[in-house]
Amino acid sequence: MPNEPAIWSTALAKSYGAKTALAGLELSVPAGSVFALLGPNGAGKTTAVRVLSTLARPDGGRASVAGYDIVAQRHEVRRRISLTGQEITLDALQTGRETLEMMGRLAHLSARAARARAGELLERFDLGDAADRRVGTYSGGMRRKLDLAAGLLSQPEVIFLDEPTTGLDPRARAAMWDVILAQAAAGATVLLTTQYLDEADQLAGCVAVMEGGRVVAQGSPDELKARVGGQQLDLWAADGAGYEELSRRIGAAALRTDPEELHLVLTTPGEATKARWLLDELDPDGHLVKRFTLSAATLDDVFMALTATGATERSSAND
Amino acid sequence: MTDSIALEGALVEGQVAPAGATFANTGSDALLMAIRSLRLSLRAIDGLVVALALPVILMGLFVYLFGGAIRTGARYIDFVVPGVLVVCIGYSAVTTSISVAHDLNEGIVDRLRSMDVGGVSFMSGHVLAGTVRNLISTVIVLGVAFAMGFRPHAGALDWLEALGLLTLCVLAYTWLTATLGTLARSAEAANGMGFLVGFVAYPSSAFVPVKDMAPWVRGFADHQPVTPIVDTLRGLLDGAGGTDTWVAVAWCLGIIALSVALAGWLFRLRTER
Repeated sequence: MPNEPAIWSTALAKSYGAKTALAGLELSVPAGSVFALLGPNGAGKTTAVRVLSTLARPDGGRASVAGYDIVAQRHEVRRRISLTGQEITLDALQTGRETLEMMGRLAHLSARAARARAGELLERFDLGDAADRRVGTYSGGMRRKLDLAAGLLSQPEVIFLDEPTTGLDPRARAAMWDVILAQAAAGATVLLTTQYLDEADQLAGCVAVMEGGRVVAQGSPDELKARVGGQQLDLWAADGAGYEELSRRIGAAALRTDPEELHLVLTTPGEATKARWLLDELDPDGHLVKRFTLSAATLDDVFMALTATGATERSSAND
Repeated sequence: MTDSIALEGALVEGQVAPAGATFANTGSDALLMAIRSLRLSLRAIDGLVVALALPVILMGLFVYLFGGAIRTGARYIDFVVPGVLVVCIGYSAVTTSISVAHDLNEGIVDRLRSMDVGGVSFMSGHVLAGTVRNLISTVIVLGVAFAMGFRPHAGALDWLEALGLLTLCVLAYTWLTATLGTLARSAEAANGMGFLVGFVAYPSSAFVPVKDMAPWVRGFADHQPVTPIVDTLRGLLDGAGGTDTWVAVAWCLGIIALSVALAGWLFRLRTER
């Protein structure tokens, strides 16, 4: 089954009481790729990971992981995956080495193989010096690495990472990215969730933006950035009349407007020629715009743009 | 190069176990969970000190403080040791409640389930560790009792029967508190619930003869599990033979069966979300 996707789902649904967490999730993740689920809190990312990693049962739809059905063949799935959740799962009173050896044994390695594999992962994750210290003395970044290592003892085919770098400082974050990329390079399929656009950009070959329990946009990081412009242009009008005029010219392209601050936001590709052209176009006489800034689009902006277009696409498809 | 050798090693030594090995896996997983739990108990110094001091304190409390005021017709220490044994089993079992609740409220159960370590292994491991902890503490209680002047008249068979019943009682308390641990939303709540279970031992024949109690308490004391367990232990240790042995055994087995069934259901309810 060489061409079968490592993760595949259709119409996957899951509700908690009246709250819909997944509303028809469609995914197809090629084997050996890094795939990011991007979205704000409450978009359904964690539920997607819980359902795909067999921890929670879907209410509807179907999905397979590593070629096995996540409900009927969940035990087969569990032998081939690893899940590292948002919550740290380590015992503060065990050492790093003890933790990994225990997890190795639980993953059904022999005592000897578990010891060898634990030592190997501790070295690879740069935790060799701290291996015999209790986990309670580790920094946040070290715990994350150990937590991830604990999931890799049995060489999983598919690795689920739920917000692997939340709460880490930039250096620990970069170290974590290296570790994740190395796993993918070794042939594993990685599905990670993140709230950060730059993280998806750095790691993933394909990004799915989630909103309201479904995928609203999907593509490579570059494709997604092209769709929202990539850069954010903030304009402050000179006065109320100027604001009205700018607002009329920008129209529906405005990402955000704030009449009180005389502030308008729109997205643009990053090139200087485009930005200059846009300013000339909006303010040919040079007296409407008092001040402007050009900055990288944040996830919030990308997300607002994507979900706005997603909404119009959906409604026009229904017409 | 080293990497590929290690990889092969892992594969040869059964990285992906065949499906038929599931039953054996459940047993070895439970054992690993128990070893973890015991290791953690040994390293939580504060908890360990309390667990070791509590039997001494309770025994001293009843023998020296209340003992003088309670008339039982025999030496009070010989009367009260079976009661203190059961009360200490109850207190010691609270640790299991706390550790089950702790694990369920942290991420570790998700990690374990994603590795196909299921509820049976998880709960059995905690109960096994709890049983070992509790039996050690029971031996300490007996040692303290002897040091304070406890002189039983039991023969070898009586002792065997008494230790058997104590073990069954430990299992019943441990399964019950483990099950309560699956209900608790925090380790603190589990602690409280566990202590409530421990209090059931007081309105029983453990410390005061039931006939000296107010009528409505007597009704409860006569029909709750601790009374037949304590009475049977008292009879056995006194050399007079167990009086309510089958009632005591039936209570213990009933509590274990109910707890196991409830624990399975509650574990799924808690985790499959």
